[in-house]
Amino acid sequence: MELYELTASRLAEMMARGEASSEEITRAFLERIEAVEDKIGAFLTLCPDEALDQARRADERRRAGRAEKLTGVPVAVKDVITTQGLRTTCGSRILENFVPPFDATLVAKLKAAGLPILGKTNMDEFAMGSSTEHSAFHPTNNPWRLTHTPGGSSGGSAAALAAGQAPLALGTDTGGSIRQPASHCGIVGLKPTYGRVSRYGLVAFASSLDQAGPMTRSVRDAAELLGLIAGYDPLDSTSVDRPVPDYTACLGQEIKGLRIGLPREFFAQGLDPEVEAAVRGAIGILEGLGAELVEVGLPMTEYGVATYYIIAPAEASSNLARYDGIKYGLRLKEDNLRDTYFKSRSAGFGPEVTRRIMLGTYVLSAGYYDAYYLKASQARTLLVRDFEAAFERCDVLAGPVTPSPAFELGSKLDDPLQMYLTDVFTLTINLAGLPGLSLPAGLSSQGLPIGLQLIGRHFEEETLFRLAFAAERELDFAARHPLPRL
Amino acid sequence: MKISRQEVEHVAALARLDLTPDRIELYSAQMNDILGYMDKLAELDTQGLPPTTHATARTNAFREDQARPSLEREQVLLNAPASDGEAIIVPRVI
Repeated sequence: MELYELTASRLAEMMARGEASSEEITRAFLERIEAVEDKIGAFLTLCPDEALDQARRADERRRAGRAEKLTGVPVAVKDVITTQGLRTTCGSRILENFVPPFDATLVAKLKAAGLPILGKTNMDEFAMGSSTEHSAFHPTNNPWRLTHTPGGSSGGSAAALAAGQAPLALGTDTGGSIRQPASHCGIVGLKPTYGRVSRYGLVAFASSLDQAGPMTRSVRDAAELLGLIAGYDPLDSTSVDRPVPDYTACLGQEIKGLRIGLPREFFAQGLDPEVEAAVRGAIGILEGLGAELVEVGLPMTEYGVATYYIIAPAEASSNLARYDGIKYGLRLKEDNLRDTYFKSRSAGFGPEVTRRIMLGTYVLSAGYYDAYYLKASQARTLLVRDFEAAFERCDVLAGPVTPSPAFELGSKLDDPLQMYLTDVFTLTINLAGLPGLSLPAGLSSQGLPIGLQLIGRHFEEETLFRLAFAAERELDFAARHPLPRL
Repeated sequence: MKISRQEVEHVAALARLDLTPDRIELYSAQMNDILGYMDKLAELDTQGLPPTTHATARTNAFREDQARPSLEREQVLLNAPASDGEAIIVPRVI
């Protein structure tokens, strides 16, 4: 096997045993990127020299006996996360030349642990989208089928993992942006509980929903990476001050007696039969291992898309008001302030971001606030209660991540509402602030990956890891379906 | 609820966006589509329900008001569209 085919945990073991250096490993991934990036388009910015520098420092650190578990394992970072001195575009023209003067807290944590950063990955502009086609720079192709999207908005991170361009990646998830591309690319993705990972340095989309998390090629890697980035941060007043457990300690523990709730509404009409078969197959495996299945109801599911697409654009329109062409970002030269605002913003934002700013501005504007924003915020209360009721009857929820496997590039671009409706199983989890994990469960007849979604109570990421680890062992997806040939 | 062309133009102005007539046309149609779908929420009885703005219970996060070092001016100005080395240059306001 080539180095670029191995999981982060395996690479870490090799370094610990002296079988490979971080420099060799990092070089292997950089060469792989060089070889296949033309076909995939996973990255917006690469930093090979800095990555190799960091790798050599990681090797020195290991020789000095100061290495942590993942020290020296390279990582790709979604371009919505600020990296000091390294361009951070957020997939937008308006930040095309933005070089952050500071690191996001989770990037600072990666650097402190000695993980070389390979580059910044492609994404839908400002993380708004489900296909990465809304990147202002270029689309990303799904490594499993180059004519299909990798999902989005963390499509670059997911594709990089599936193409063997990185063993670890960071994504962010506001309505499914980690789990959906993870599902479409056959990798593991976790959206942690809201508040588990600091949002300091995440370019804000919808502040009450945004959360960063690990995207990896195995459950163990996800548990390792979450342990590294989680924790309270005084710079993010919504991060939660509670201890970070060793997330790997629960891997391999029995799952006997755990109650898995199957939301009726997640298996309703419109679910692709192949997705349903793969998801039910994976759930059957967990039942075989001693988990109990319980049918539950989440009747608010059908109101999720409407609720989300009021709240998220409302928060976005407010957050994106900061791009005014004054302090940083694109400025179109005009001789007065008013025209500078209008021209810079109109030139800098792409069609989907503009649409969401318009929607958000409308639902917050005088006369419509009660009918839309307030109504949606109350619907959100009902949604939260839905989950609370379900979790009285089970420990975890299981279902599909998306109604169908990855769609073809271009097929939903002209119909935003159709694109929004593909998020139906992921965005309610953000509205309720819950953790959700996507695990590869199988391939469709077209050779496209299908993910199983596990949803937990607040701060019960360990339950998700335990179950996902047990299912992963039996499904053996990575061994049965090696990285697609490119 | 039907959103008119004039309302779309008004919203664009509120958001400081300059949209061409064909964009206004396109967004009017798409927003009508999307907002029409959202009318679904009217089916829900939300009378007297408290709104949820954050899903995890948070109260104000207070901290000591202590001076800390902030970003260096030089670094901050690197991203400014125009500066004289000491301040950001902005277009005429008055």
